[in-house]
Amino acid sequence: MLRLPRYIVYDIIRNKVIIAYTLFLFISAFSMFRMEENGSRAMLSLLNIVLIVLPLVSLMFTTIHYYNSYEFIELMLSQPLSRTRIFLSEYLSVALSLLGAFWIGIGIPVLLFSPDASGFALLFTGSALTLVFTSIAFLAAVRSKDKARGIGIALLLWFYFALIYDGIVLLILFAFSDYPMEKFTLLLSSLNPIDLGRIFIMLQMDVSALMGYTGALYRDFFGSVTGLLFTGGIMVLWIFIPLLLALRSFKKKDM
Amino acid sequence: MIRINYINKKFRKAQVLEDITADFDCGQVIALIGPNGSGKTTLIKTILGMVKPDSGTVEVKGKLINADPHYRNDIGYMPQIGRYPDNMKVGQLFTMMKAIRQVDDSRIDNDLFLKFNIPSILEKPMRTLSGGTRQKVSAALAFLFDPPILILDEPTAGLDPLSSEILKEKILLEKSKNKLILITSHILSDLEELTTHVLYLQEGKIQFFKELEVLQEETGEIKLNKAIARIMKGQLPDSDWGEQLLLVNKDGKIL
Repeated sequence: MLRLPRYIVYDIIRNKVIIAYTLFLFISAFSMFRMEENGSRAMLSLLNIVLIVLPLVSLMFTTIHYYNSYEFIELMLSQPLSRTRIFLSEYLSVALSLLGAFWIGIGIPVLLFSPDASGFALLFTGSALTLVFTSIAFLAAVRSKDKARGIGIALLLWFYFALIYDGIVLLILFAFSDYPMEKFTLLLSSLNPIDLGRIFIMLQMDVSALMGYTGALYRDFFGSVTGLLFTGGIMVLWIFIPLLLALRSFKKKDM
Repeated sequence: MIRINYINKKFRKAQVLEDITADFDCGQVIALIGPNGSGKTTLIKTILGMVKPDSGTVEVKGKLINADPHYRNDIGYMPQIGRYPDNMKVGQLFTMMKAIRQVDDSRIDNDLFLKFNIPSILEKPMRTLSGGTRQKVSAALAFLFDPPILILDEPTAGLDPLSSEILKEKILLEKSKNKLILITSHILSDLEELTTHVLYLQEGKIQFFKELEVLQEETGEIKLNKAIARIMKGQLPDSDWGEQLLLVNKDGKIL
């Protein structure tokens, strides 16, 4: 099963983008921990990298990789290999390369400087977000034959999840501020993996004490085992639903 | 060995293949000919499972092709434009293909691999190869596993005369081993030494599928290009392609 991914990962490493990405993550994480006296402030800065840069790089890298591998996929299709196997090999290779970059770039500094609950929450969220956005990017790329369109859709999705979604949530909260919205916001946050990740990490940090009544409610929920299972479960759904949809399109596609 | 039943395929609105039905047996060398855009490559890709037909079925060795990808173990495919991963070295490409097919070393057919002098370029990355060299790599790969079915899409286009001659000799040798060989080409003079049958496609429909001798008898022409031009003139007086063919023939060349 791992024969194909070996060659694909080799090809990915050879094109050096992934190495530059690893170095970028490592240098920024390392310098943040060095510059900030307080470990938890460094974690906050790292949190922003994980929530903004990670999804963007995962989306862009994956879509561009897919279009560049088109020939390779064609070649594999003429061999005695099933489409499911070819697709999952591609996913596995890209996901493992991006995860590797994350674990080396952010994982090592975090384990060195801040190996506590919030550190592990950050690593968990970062890994989950990498997988989620790799799945979403595969879906966008498989569905659109045109390269520019696929990359455009991936970018729009990033804008949506990283920026626009928060605006919409704020708007809803503002419009219905007279009603009790705590449970509803919990639901809203699970519709965006980035939001979910942010809340999950924030509540492992000391700053959550400053967040008032909603914060207390969230803390009750996300601090418990149910909260951990809930976050994990929603992330798993976010990984597998786009992935399975992409696989379904890939199996029907004409090459 | 290959049975095609009522294949229909539309790309958006264009009908690319219409009610294609044919039976190919071992020992036959079938020339697939027809103007550009007549559906030759689509037909080949349908047999390989790269294009999924809207309706109709393809059987290879009595088995429907969508059930199990292993039928492609029996097929060697040489694409029209061989495109490979940029960073992969020629040597790696061959090791990878051998790893995928898992064929005994004794069954490997190194004939073209050696005659095209591929051992001398094993260390070169695929992106640095010229178009003709890529064709040689594609040809060597198609014949490497000694498959009972060979599908060659424009095999001699882009090859220098010497390599083209080597490839033709190889095709003749395989023909004598009672294999089924499907060839598309616009260079009819190349085909007439090789083929036993001619399948003529136009606008996605089979115009005729005949033995070469029958065709020669019916038209009274020995040369394949003249025979086909005659048929096309008789059947479809408006066909420009037949006209052009006759014009080009006077110079003794086919474009």
